[in-house]
Amino acid sequence: MHLDIRYPIGLLFVVIGGLLVAYGLTSNPEVYAAHSLGININLGWGAFQFAFGVVMIALARRARKKSGGR
Amino acid sequence: MESIIHLGKIDYIIVGVYFLFVLGIGWALRHTMKGSGDFLTSGRSIPGWVAGLAFLSANLGAQEVIGMGASGAKYGIMTSHFYWVGAIPAMVFLAVFMMPFYYGSKARSVPEYLKLRFDEKTRGFNAFSFAVMTILSSGISMYAMAKLMGLLLGWSFGASIAVSAVIVLIYIFLGGLTSAIYNEVLQFFMIVFGFAPLAYLGLKDVGGWSGLKAKLVDVSTAQGYAPGAWGHAWSHLGAPSQNPMGVEWFGMVMGLGFVLSFGYWCTDFLVVQRALAAKTMTAARRTPLIAAIPKMLFPFLVILPGMIAIALTYQAAKGATGGFSLPPKNGSYDYDMVVPYMLVHYFPTGMLGLGMTALMASFMSGMAGNVTAFNTVWTYDIYQAYLAKDRPDSHYLMVGRAATVVGIALSVAAAYLAAAFNNIMDVLQLVFAFVNAPLFAVFLLGMFWKRATGNGAFWGLVIGTIAATIHYGLTIPIGATSLLKGGWLGTIEHVYPSEMAQNFWTAIWAWSFCFVPAIVISLASTPVKTDAQLRGLVWSLTPHVDPENSALPLWKRIAPFGALVIVLTVILNVIFW
Repeated sequence: MHLDIRYPIGLLFVVIGGLLVAYGLTSNPEVYAAHSLGININLGWGAFQFAFGVVMIALARRARKKSGGR
Repeated sequence: MESIIHLGKIDYIIVGVYFLFVLGIGWALRHTMKGSGDFLTSGRSIPGWVAGLAFLSANLGAQEVIGMGASGAKYGIMTSHFYWVGAIPAMVFLAVFMMPFYYGSKARSVPEYLKLRFDEKTRGFNAFSFAVMTILSSGISMYAMAKLMGLLLGWSFGASIAVSAVIVLIYIFLGGLTSAIYNEVLQFFMIVFGFAPLAYLGLKDVGGWSGLKAKLVDVSTAQGYAPGAWGHAWSHLGAPSQNPMGVEWFGMVMGLGFVLSFGYWCTDFLVVQRALAAKTMTAARRTPLIAAIPKMLFPFLVILPGMIAIALTYQAAKGATGGFSLPPKNGSYDYDMVVPYMLVHYFPTGMLGLGMTALMASFMSGMAGNVTAFNTVWTYDIYQAYLAKDRPDSHYLMVGRAATVVGIALSVAAAYLAAAFNNIMDVLQLVFAFVNAPLFAVFLLGMFWKRATGNGAFWGLVIGTIAATIHYGLTIPIGATSLLKGGWLGTIEHVYPSEMAQNFWTAIWAWSFCFVPAIVISLASTPVKTDAQLRGLVWSLTPHVDPENSALPLWKRIAPFGALVIVLTVILNVIFW
């Protein structure tokens, strides 16, 4: 059996999303006025990616439980 | 030269994290590659949704992302025809009608299907031209990436090539096709997450779709077209002079929508290979349909930014401040800079790293897709067919791995060739376009007419290729200055309003001059294959039972799924009519 691709996808976006959230919280708000119409896109979109990653991992874990947990 | 983009520390960390995952996937799969089948065909074990996203992603190279952004600026929403007309119908046809033969025949590649259905020479013709073409495409992808990274980030050409080649080599060498497919899925999400905020921010900036349409009126009228030319997909297709593409609806539907699109999506092993890796017949048939759903929405991700960029550029020319302007080039704009400039304009450090990673990821998966298709065709259709027939499977696994190394080395050579002689690559691409254009005629006859013979197929391909070459030699697009654009046979029989129109019509000629001679020659030659040999390869000789599909509830079956995809596509066309 191959590796369940949802693990690496989930983990990748948990990490990248987490990095963006952390950076969004600590960065100077002025850059968002200059670039992204005043929206803190790092924070918002980072959080979305983080949540997506968590869902992916949860789905992979559920599938593993269903198949009897290898 | 001053680089255009300055990445911060966080951007580089994101790039680094992504490539760590890419290599990690190859590493995690290294023990599952036990035979040549695992390495070259994923042992037919991939779930439908994974194969589907890989099917989409393998085709979505960065040249497409950059090119579609550029076309969005140049032609407006009409560019979506490359998706709605030029992809979706063919993907549905592949799923519903053709996949049963590809998957059911147990062929490991498209050329192998041609061998089973027709004969050795037809397979050889396809295998050799395909192998050369994949190396070339992979080399061009590498070249384009190195050039862009040099321009945007100031990276050296050699370093970009070396890094991308080594990364792709490692993950394919370790995990074969499965590794390539998994990474394509990863790349799919990177592209979506990297570009969706760009479309969102851009659209918000121009005042939503209605604001964008109003601003595009300036773009259309300034270039001498009706006010709605950039904002409507079909309204201005009555005559070539009405739209910036210079095509009319018939050339669009027949040339792009039928010949080019079906020729690519239904016969190109690079994409078909993803579906053949699926774990069951139903999963294989569902692969292109699953891919079709995001595919029909991709115009909003990749074309919309181009439309926004050109709208803002014209606003800036009128004196709007705080906006955005594309760099000028040859009296017009440098459209290839749409995506990079939009990224810099709308993305702060952080998201910029994500956007750049998405771009790099798509370059690499474009390369990897070609390399995995190449190593399979080389191993099974050239090496096993002509050089060393009856060796143990472990031998072919070794050859598949060696072909990966050699394929990447040749791609690097092709990238340097492209850098040195730009025209040689253009000529070669043209030659392969001629070879490919008639291919779908042969598949159509092969799958749906049992009387079609190997001689008919082979000579049909040859005649179709010659017809394409002659058509190109006798016509030119308006304003052509180079013989590369056609007209090199001396006399000009027809002047097309645009290069695109000439390409569409070249394809129509190639297809027709393959289809008709293939029928005539088939009827004149004696069939070599018996009905029993053709079972499972031809529509009329194959029992149409798919127990897995029939056992599913109606809404989960292939045909209703395909119908749904078509209905959704029609709705999109009507909305943006």
